[in-house]
Amino acid sequence: MTRSRAAYDDVVVAVPVTVPYVRYSIRGAHWFLAAALAALIKRAGLGKDQIDGLCVSSFTLAPDTAVGLTQHLGLTLRWLDHIPMGGACGIVALRRAARAVQSGDAEMVACIAGDTNHTHSFRLNLATFSQFARDAVYPYGAGGANASFAFLTAYYMRVYGATREDFGKLCVAQRANALQFPHALMKKPLTLDAYLNARLIADPLRLYDCVMPCAGAEAFLVLRRAAAEELGLPYARILATIERHNAFPDDPVQYRGGWALDRDELYAQAGVGPKDIDVLAAYDDYPVITLMQLEDLGFCDKGGGPDFVRRESFTAAGSFPLNTSGGQLSVGQAGAAGGFLGLVEIIRQVTRKPLGAAVDNARLGLASGFGMINYDRGLCSGAAILAADQ
Amino acid sequence: MTRPPVRPPRKNPILRTRLPTLPPAARSRVALGLTAAAARGRFELQVCRDCGTVQYPPREACRACLSPRLDWRVQDGNGELVAETTLRHSHELFFRERMPWRLGLIKLDSGPLVVAHLHGDCGSPPARVRVRAHLDRAGQAALLALPDKDTPHMADDRELRELTCDPKFRKVLVTDAKTPLGQALVEGLAGAGADLVWAGAAEPWKKPPGFERVKALPQVAIVPLDLTDSRAVKELAGEIGGRVDILINNADHHRNFGIAARDGVETARAEMDINYFGLLRLAQEFAPAMRARGADGPSSAVAWVNVLSVFALSNFPPHGTYSASKAAALSLSQCLRAELAPAGVRVINVFPGPIDDEWNQTLPPPKIAPARLAADIVTALRGGAEDVFPGDVAQDWLERWRDNPKALERELAAMPKQ
Repeated sequence: MTRSRAAYDDVVVAVPVTVPYVRYSIRGAHWFLAAALAALIKRAGLGKDQIDGLCVSSFTLAPDTAVGLTQHLGLTLRWLDHIPMGGACGIVALRRAARAVQSGDAEMVACIAGDTNHTHSFRLNLATFSQFARDAVYPYGAGGANASFAFLTAYYMRVYGATREDFGKLCVAQRANALQFPHALMKKPLTLDAYLNARLIADPLRLYDCVMPCAGAEAFLVLRRAAAEELGLPYARILATIERHNAFPDDPVQYRGGWALDRDELYAQAGVGPKDIDVLAAYDDYPVITLMQLEDLGFCDKGGGPDFVRRESFTAAGSFPLNTSGGQLSVGQAGAAGGFLGLVEIIRQVTRKPLGAAVDNARLGLASGFGMINYDRGLCSGAAILAADQ
Repeated sequence: MTRPPVRPPRKNPILRTRLPTLPPAARSRVALGLTAAAARGRFELQVCRDCGTVQYPPREACRACLSPRLDWRVQDGNGELVAETTLRHSHELFFRERMPWRLGLIKLDSGPLVVAHLHGDCGSPPARVRVRAHLDRAGQAALLALPDKDTPHMADDRELRELTCDPKFRKVLVTDAKTPLGQALVEGLAGAGADLVWAGAAEPWKKPPGFERVKALPQVAIVPLDLTDSRAVKELAGEIGGRVDILINNADHHRNFGIAARDGVETARAEMDINYFGLLRLAQEFAPAMRARGADGPSSAVAWVNVLSVFALSNFPPHGTYSASKAAALSLSQCLRAELAPAGVRVINVFPGPIDDEWNQTLPPPKIAPARLAADIVTALRGGAEDVFPGDVAQDWLERWRDNPKALERELAAMPKQ
């Protein structure tokens, strides 16, 4: 019998921050992370010395880690974490920070994620991403996650009957959401026709199936509810979170993620079900992974993703609001900030402070993360359910 | 299906010769175990000595039981293609220049999942395939999935040809072409579809049996080449060096002496002059042009073959000075390999056991026939290895040497004087 997970009590998350994205930058990762922290404390009305905990995620911070950043940014901290988990880093940062605040190890934990993007940094990152990638994927010409997701997508299409139109419907809806989101790098409408006929990248993936690497940062603040109220900050409550690493290692091709193992506990801890969720931020570096999340997080059965997509509509005003800021596919993937993007958007939606399209009466939001194509599949998954203040 | 091969058009002399690029070469040290096996033409994966789990990608501990005792073991490579893609985009120049490029994800019957280059004749998933390890142009192991059963013109697949040094449509220089092995090589290469075979001959007056027939082959041109003559080597390189795609250094000076049996150093010096300095002279004159032509169209410079001897691994005292000259050549060939590596030109070292020729007359069988050795060299060019040990004696010595080099030294010392 598994012990039930302790509730997060009066720990809340507030101050969603986005440092505007740019395609390329001559700045270092430190610049973007500093900008995120500066915006965070300014919006929170805090002094830098009131931040006593920091959680950092970045791919381009080397040779520094979070430790170097404390001196670089002049922070004296009693709690520090560095989370190299790519697309799952936002969820995991939230979990770690919430427990630190709950236990009294820290009072104010700034969670920041960001990366720079030089013209060559994406290629260098791919070449040295992991030992398995360097030994067994990169020498085959595979441009990072493209080939891995091409395999996953082709397999999913073959086994579950998904079509290019299904993926396209999600991408088109997300672009419609992105057109209202000021920080999205993609500023033009996307038609299904343009999606279907875009340049081939790695069959069956075409251009609009793949995120665009860029530079930028995201941040949020984890603190006690009383502290948030004292500061007058709108906040979201943390109902439940999960994480899982290297789930289902014997599946020949990844067709499900760790959420499938943990979702029952997620909903049990939150005391809600999938039908109660008002807005979903699914990790979306490629659309196939969004379909897997719809299934593995219980919005439909395994293999029911394609039918679900055909049945529902996904703009902020649609029947199933999804990736309401546009998701990474339309906003851009600023490295590790991609793991924060969805969570930051859910904080904005349930605190009724969206920068773009608002979801009517968004009380419960679910943010999901997925990351680290270490070899042939994504290893890290996580999810969090956030609720509006009562 | 792979299309029947078509002779590439003649090179347009106005166009710039493309510079060689390579696939990514960086590997962890443990992954070089795959390269070590592929260098000998084998596909090996780590197998846990404690629980038998087969591992991939290469790692430091068993993924099932955490044992660090992982042994490289030969694999049959049979498996099922579960997903495929065709890359249209890559961040690496080598692949950008060769798009589109087919890749497969294969579930091996032995357990692991591998990413591999995918031969054009492999069916769509799910399909049975055979995975092989070849050295790629960077000299590192790369996995390749072949169709379950051989198909016509299989060797002409574009991706496979990037992993082999197939003599088809290529121009080859063979040194010392008048010896029995030299003649067999020239004939074998002509039979393998080489465009042109330059047959190097040191002594124009020598008319060994069979050479008239070799000379009469339409692809063959006789060229004067004496490896002891620096000027002659330079002159020939000036004439044909810019067109040699494959060079087979077959020159060999072989006498049967140890140290005590003969006074003076003249014999040993003559062996060194051909076997070691001959290689050095050839390499100085021919390697620079080959290095520049590593990406010169579909029939680029691609391979340099040294016919060494298994005696290069460990001294065979009855042929002591000869063994030393071949060991020197082996060492120099590693230097040549490093210098040709940036061009993607493969240096293939061939380590035959005693060849059935006049200088090994008194050695007991088994001995390798020149025709068999030549066939093995052509096969090596069509394969993905760089160290080749043809014949039973070479295989036996190699196994002993890999198992315990000190034991082999003692065994060779104890062999009766012939």
